[in-house]
Amino acid sequence: MNKVYTRIFAGRVGTLNLAVVAVLLFALLPATLDIFRLNLVGKYLTFGFVSLGLVWLWGKGGVLSLGQGVFFGLGGYCMAMFLKLEASDPITTKIQSTPGIPDFMDWNQMTALPAFWIPFKSLPFSLIAVVVLPTLVAFILGVAMFKRRVGGVYFGVITQAIALILSLGIDGNQGYTGGRNGITDLKFLHGWDIRTQHAQYVLYFITCSLLLLMILASQWLLSGKMGKMLLAMRDREDRVRFSGYDVSAFKIFTFCLAAALSGIGGALFVLQVGFISPSLVGIVPSIEMVIFAAVGGKTSLYGAIYGTLIVNSGKSLFSESFPQLWLFLMGGLFIAVVVLFPNGIAGICDTIRKKISNRKKTAPSSVAGKDKRESVMLGELSAPALKGEK
Amino acid sequence: MMSSNTNFLLSIEDLTVSFDGFKAVDGLNLYVGKNELRVIIGPNGAGKTTVLDMVCGKTRPTGGSIKFRNRELVGMAEHQIVRAGVGRKFQTPSIYENLTVFENLEVSFPRGRSVMGCLAFESTPDVVERIHKVAEDIFLKEHLDIEGAFLSHGQKQWLEIGMLLMQEPELLMLDEPVAGMSAAEREQTAELLKRVCKDRCIIIIEHDMEFVSRIAHQVTVLHLGKILCEGTMSEIQNNPKVIEVYLGH
Repeated sequence: MNKVYTRIFAGRVGTLNLAVVAVLLFALLPATLDIFRLNLVGKYLTFGFVSLGLVWLWGKGGVLSLGQGVFFGLGGYCMAMFLKLEASDPITTKIQSTPGIPDFMDWNQMTALPAFWIPFKSLPFSLIAVVVLPTLVAFILGVAMFKRRVGGVYFGVITQAIALILSLGIDGNQGYTGGRNGITDLKFLHGWDIRTQHAQYVLYFITCSLLLLMILASQWLLSGKMGKMLLAMRDREDRVRFSGYDVSAFKIFTFCLAAALSGIGGALFVLQVGFISPSLVGIVPSIEMVIFAAVGGKTSLYGAIYGTLIVNSGKSLFSESFPQLWLFLMGGLFIAVVVLFPNGIAGICDTIRKKISNRKKTAPSSVAGKDKRESVMLGELSAPALKGEK
Repeated sequence: MMSSNTNFLLSIEDLTVSFDGFKAVDGLNLYVGKNELRVIIGPNGAGKTTVLDMVCGKTRPTGGSIKFRNRELVGMAEHQIVRAGVGRKFQTPSIYENLTVFENLEVSFPRGRSVMGCLAFESTPDVVERIHKVAEDIFLKEHLDIEGAFLSHGQKQWLEIGMLLMQEPELLMLDEPVAGMSAAEREQTAELLKRVCKDRCIIIIEHDMEFVSRIAHQVTVLHLGKILCEGTMSEIQNNPKVIEVYLGH
């Protein structure tokens, strides 16, 4: 039992991290922000799922995808299709030439619901599809690429191309997908009005809880052999292969996991924001998602939350006051993080934590005063500082 | 060309590989028996490492056959060849620098090699016991909690041999295992290899003749992708062709 506890909560530092985030998300923000701002935070946190997936894929698995918007979008569209069908009952849509189908289909002279929409009348099917469809797509892409040892820049470019293809595909098939406007005007989840303030509060807390749950589950998975395997793969991929492991299987696994997390994020986005469109699928949002993970620290699970919150809050603040400057600032921020703080906020926190603990360690020996400087210098050179971060 | 089955553990027949027309290995035939410790020597560019690369699946041969326990290895993926019982140590020590010695050995334990198996893997007492046994064999018993990056060059070489021993391969291929080792470390390594070859077959590439003469049962001399001669160390040392290749020009 104790072992399971240590694995899930990652020891003392892990428990502290969890406590800080939990207080921030469950107490501090709801107590200080009005519902409009809190709903915005809830929206940002749905991108936190994508960042968390990127921590797995990029930070732990060593593979950078520039197309995570694809999976966020697939999850979002699965959820939105269900909600749209519920909002398009024959009575509400009786003024349409074909009542009972989503409004945008009617505008595009469609007279029947396309076959692939029909299963999305079922809530259980839609919820399962939110996770399974992105995972399946990632699996197919992963098998096609990782089995052929496509990696690094090539993988990044291909995933980016797929994000472009999907966003253009959605854009160009207005009758089937709602086109550039996306799927809008979503109202009820199984009869529950998602537009009320109360619903927004509930959805916010569901988002926070699920996100923290995913982090704990990740900690559990990474504390076992999986964590060591992924580290070993980043260190020496060939050695792993020649120890009898199929490296591609492990990369496919992290890619699928990242996709599933992104899909959940997408579905929660739709529930809280009330729409989905190709502008959340394409290249720009996909790269933004990478920036969230990079700013938080690409190997830090909790960093994913902070990075997402900070970049998005900055985006809202600045784009409200200096809309033209924001994109330059965002680009500058990304360059600064990659060049100056490769481990993001989490890396900065780690450095500070180490400095403090070293100072504590050396404090007793500094009584003589004269030895103080020397012992501090030695302290800084102690094991954790020497190990370095890779 | 179809090759027949043999009683050898490893039988390489007519093996050829060419890189852009250059034949690095040219119609090579090599047979290694069970419990044999074979050393391959030869001047630079003779194709020694390329032969090992082809056996372990890193390089695809252009032609010929590699049979391990009468099972064709050509065309199999690297991890399948490892699972069939072939272990390979690389020229430069390749260990996981960010994992401890214990974890390096643990990850090499042949259980939980699939994704699901890996998620379900637990370091049970038999795993821990085996890690301690191997750590003792490779002289790293005292260093189990040290990260790979902090080991000396010789210790890294030993650790990589230990990682292979964890897999209990029937065929162990070592590429210059004593390169960069001190005289004392070389002696220890020779002892280690003599001990572990009792249960398995070992192929070693080595340049250090003094070390070779201490461990080898049979020596194969490779030159320009072909076998120059085979025999015991003293036969090799007195072979005029070998002397010509090594000392001539």
